[in-house]
Amino acid sequence: MSEQTLTSAAAARGPLAMEAISLSKDFRIGRGHALHAVRNVSFNLYRGAVVALVGESGSGKSTAARLLAGQERLTSGTIRLDGKQVEVASRGDFRRYKSEVQLVFQDPFSSLNPIHTVRYHLERPVKLHQGQDAKVGQEVVSLMEQVRLTPAKQFLAKYPHELSGGQRQRVSFARALAARPSVLLADEPVSMLDVSIRLEMLNLLDDLRRRFSLAMLYITHDIASARYFADEILVMYAGEIVERGPAEELTQAPAHPYTQLLVASAPDPDNLGSALRGGSRRQGLATASGRLQNLDGSAATQGCPFNPRCPFADDLCRREDPALTQVSDTRGAACWHLDVAAPELVSGPRRDSDPTTT
Amino acid sequence: MSADPAAGPAAGSSLADPAPGSSPVLDIRDLSVVYRTPGGDVRAVDHVNLALGVGEVVGLAGESGSGKSTLAYGATRLLRAPALVTNGSVIYRGRRVTRPADILKMRPDELRRLRWREIAIVFQSAMNALNPVLNVRDQLLDAIHAHLKMPRDEARERAASLLDLVGIPRSRLRSYPHELSGGMRQRVMIAMALAAEPEIIIMDEPTTALDVVVQRDILAQIVELKDRLGFSILFITHDLSLLLELTDRIAVMYAGQFVEIATSDEIHRESSHPYTKGLLNSFPSLRGPRRELVGIPGSPPDLRNPPPGCPFVPRCVYARPECQDVDMRLLPVATSPDPDHVTACPFVLPDTPVPPPVPSAASGRPARELGT
Repeated sequence: MSEQTLTSAAAARGPLAMEAISLSKDFRIGRGHALHAVRNVSFNLYRGAVVALVGESGSGKSTAARLLAGQERLTSGTIRLDGKQVEVASRGDFRRYKSEVQLVFQDPFSSLNPIHTVRYHLERPVKLHQGQDAKVGQEVVSLMEQVRLTPAKQFLAKYPHELSGGQRQRVSFARALAARPSVLLADEPVSMLDVSIRLEMLNLLDDLRRRFSLAMLYITHDIASARYFADEILVMYAGEIVERGPAEELTQAPAHPYTQLLVASAPDPDNLGSALRGGSRRQGLATASGRLQNLDGSAATQGCPFNPRCPFADDLCRREDPALTQVSDTRGAACWHLDVAAPELVSGPRRDSDPTTT
Repeated sequence: MSADPAAGPAAGSSLADPAPGSSPVLDIRDLSVVYRTPGGDVRAVDHVNLALGVGEVVGLAGESGSGKSTLAYGATRLLRAPALVTNGSVIYRGRRVTRPADILKMRPDELRRLRWREIAIVFQSAMNALNPVLNVRDQLLDAIHAHLKMPRDEARERAASLLDLVGIPRSRLRSYPHELSGGMRQRVMIAMALAAEPEIIIMDEPTTALDVVVQRDILAQIVELKDRLGFSILFITHDLSLLLELTDRIAVMYAGQFVEIATSDEIHRESSHPYTKGLLNSFPSLRGPRRELVGIPGSPPDLRNPPPGCPFVPRCVYARPECQDVDMRLLPVATSPDPDHVTACPFVLPDTPVPPPVPSAASGRPARELGT
């Protein structure tokens, strides 16, 4: 696979923190059937850089985050943290791992315990990860200042239901930071929040990334926010990474037909004579019909996962799943027909990865 | 119903009207809704006027708590205590009703005839709105039998044809909600709303929980059905960029009042009110050059004790001392060629430059100085 020679757009920002190498996760569903939630996914996270994992619900992006967080057992693959392979054999191992790798969830309503105060939510991880001799009270206040939950005194005794969505998410961020992690996995951290404060929260995350030199994985279904927030974007479809590249390049000139569909589907206020207003459907683009039909069972996983919706699909696509092909130094896409789908990106019909086995 | 004359700066009635020539199918006049709480009344909707034309798509925009859902549910009498409609009228003029009637004064039996047959609603959370123990056909039959008199066979055929309408294969009639994808569930909701061929469909964030690709597909379907069946839509969402593409007119709501109403094109090109500008600047765009994004720092005011003057002042980058004395009257934008483009801000015009930011909170920075 040519994937290994591909340089991440995030690499320039800092040293390598975490490597995900050929991660796969199958879930057993019913008798003898498996759902391949994550398939052969590889990427790197660098200190001080944001990598975005973009995909629709069911694409496996959250499962990938849970694998990295150690909350799900790998079916196959390797995770390396600071060059060392991660092996969680005991509770102590797991705790040490969690003090390096923290996860922030989407829903600030269900990720905080309703019967505990903000103080409890923050004191616990401080004691757990920084030892009993830590100056707990002082540390908690400083955490709250980091996430701008100020004045801290006013919030310490509050319960989650007394906080707004944004304030709750700030508590979640502070809780994640209490472990002083090097890697922060943020699973849709702003999508439950009100539009007006989403940017504020993304700015806060960005600020924390810079201040603590965090290696960040930003999981989202909103490719537009990834354009602004991330250095590199990985587009996931049906458990596979179908395209990757620098955020700006990928969103402005998507190569894979699925990424093209994603970009074309985003609301476009400038397109006032759009298909929606005119009442007619767009021509020549894949549509959502046939969605997820290849996730219903293992039988339909033959070939490229996107082939039922792809306007360029042919027999080859239905037969064999394309590997990620290098398009440039920093970009790759898994498509047999990049020369047709994105002719401006691929000069000539070039096939880096040849189909070897059937 | 007692009007409160002191707090009633109602906009000139002609301002909120749709295209001239057609009388609106729904005409909301001076509507106020409060939530009774021990700490005082929360003025969730404060003397608003809005008209929905025949076949028109009007968008209600605003962040959560701005009162947009309360307005829609208050106008259709769907609110329960502690919510209370304290003022106003909602005139419905359907093609199938003989004369205009005020929904707020209807008797229960009149309301029953109005609901679903004349005005239907698509709720945000299809998973919660559908009954988990009924399959798709039984849900649809339920809606059909509740509102139309129809023999059993005919009703079954109607259920099946409703699914055709929204592009779901008939084989799914026996599926239960949990067996459907989010997009399919929302389509079933739309099919149910169409069951009695209503004149108005209120859509409350119908696609918010869906992926962009599915969202676009469903919206295209809605528009196509609207063109075919000729109903009007009141579309509620916080996603202003979506409304710009979908709707004819947009009413922007803040703290229970409208702050700006105009055609979508006008809102897009010539938005005047600082809150509208803020909302427009809250969405990262996928296309075009990277803009500096600021969002709207801060949070909406406590509606138990609304501040005097413009409620947006504490969050407004254009704020000035005179704002404390503004009465929230919707007046035409001076520079706009369209007299129906109204705004509640008398100071800021579409081309007013943003004053230099006060260097205090760090929250007003761009998302990232990327490319540097």
